[in-house]
Amino acid sequence: MSNLILIIIGSALINNVVLNQFLGICSFLGVSKQIKASASLGGAVIFVITIASAVANLLYTFLLAPYGLDYMKTIVFILVIAALVQIVEMFLKKTSPGIYKSLGIFLPLITTNCAVLGVALTNVQNEYNFIESVLAGFGTAVGFTLAIVLLASIRTRIVEKDLPAPFRGAPIVLIAAALMSIAFMGFSQLSL
Amino acid sequence: MNKYVERLYNGIIKENPTLILLLGMCPTLAVSTRAVNGIGMGLSTTAVLVLSNLVISLLRKLIPDQVRLPSYIVVVASLVTVTELLIEAYLPSLYEALGIYIPLIVVNCIILGRAEAYASKNPPLLSVMDGIGMGIGFTIALTLAGLVREVLGSGTAFGFQILPAAVPPIGIFVKPPGAFFVIAIFIAIMNAIGIKTRQRELVENGCDGCCAACASAPGCEKAGKEAEE
Repeated sequence: MSNLILIIIGSALINNVVLNQFLGICSFLGVSKQIKASASLGGAVIFVITIASAVANLLYTFLLAPYGLDYMKTIVFILVIAALVQIVEMFLKKTSPGIYKSLGIFLPLITTNCAVLGVALTNVQNEYNFIESVLAGFGTAVGFTLAIVLLASIRTRIVEKDLPAPFRGAPIVLIAAALMSIAFMGFSQLSL
Repeated sequence: MNKYVERLYNGIIKENPTLILLLGMCPTLAVSTRAVNGIGMGLSTTAVLVLSNLVISLLRKLIPDQVRLPSYIVVVASLVTVTELLIEAYLPSLYEALGIYIPLIVVNCIILGRAEAYASKNPPLLSVMDGIGMGIGFTIALTLAGLVREVLGSGTAFGFQILPAAVPPIGIFVKPPGAFFVIAIFIAIMNAIGIKTRQRELVENGCDGCCAACASAPGCEKAGKEAEE
């Protein structure tokens, strides 16, 4: 049990997907302009990564591993993720228009988010079982959401400041991310 | 200028994928801890990019428009798998150093971006030159970032000690925050000397700046607009 909690904390805070592993940087920088939009994207990411980790784990355990097709995992995972995002989008549109309205526009964005493929591949690398994979996926996505909402909160304050011209735009956002990354390094000292 | 040479110039200088278009930020930030890693990652990506441009350009009249993106992804993913197996077999130390970022070449926006924006509309030889130019541009940027981080963070360049031992290295530069700092300073320097980057798109409409021509582009515009409201 404690092992499972460690996986969640480890993947959300200690090994934060954006600030430590640099996955999903594009949407991290792109959709962090407003807190509300970044929280919605975070919700969609949690939804998709958790499902994708579960599906990728099942495919790997029951299809790829038994037939010695381990080397096919990159191709299989990326196609499954792309298809999965489409299915999730259609399913949400039909069954829960409310959730679709708040998350839907961000779903196509997630196909190209390398965090989804990254988590699926890391789970295989760490030899996680089904439950561990789902929790690792969930934890990673929570870490992503945390990071992007924090960055969005910082950016709403940056816009009011009078910065030196060369640093306006991308550089100051990257420096804010660097400072957040330093803060997150503190978690690696947690003695778990 | 000869149009083949023009492609090389375009990829390396005029539209450098990392420094001007700000594409493929994930690998740039992640593997630039050492200059050698930058070269390794850059050349692996170049190999995939050149071959994917060639294959997609050859198949451009056969692939139906509606299923072109899944087709491109299959081509790219197959090439990445081949590259991964080759690196694992012949360069095990590089394989260790790059780890998960090798399979993640699949989702590198530069590759799908060039496939959609260039290779799907141009003849094979030009597409190959485009791939070589973009690949070299990416490699140079990655090596440069790796070099700066390695010199500041561990006092070495390409593994050779260059800073005197009395100067203590600034360890943070080889840690994750250093990556963000170095790229931020790179872009700030380019702003200061007046080189136009596409950072506006990157920061204000991430998907557009990042995956200029990916599947998500229409979705992105919508996301951007609704976020504005």
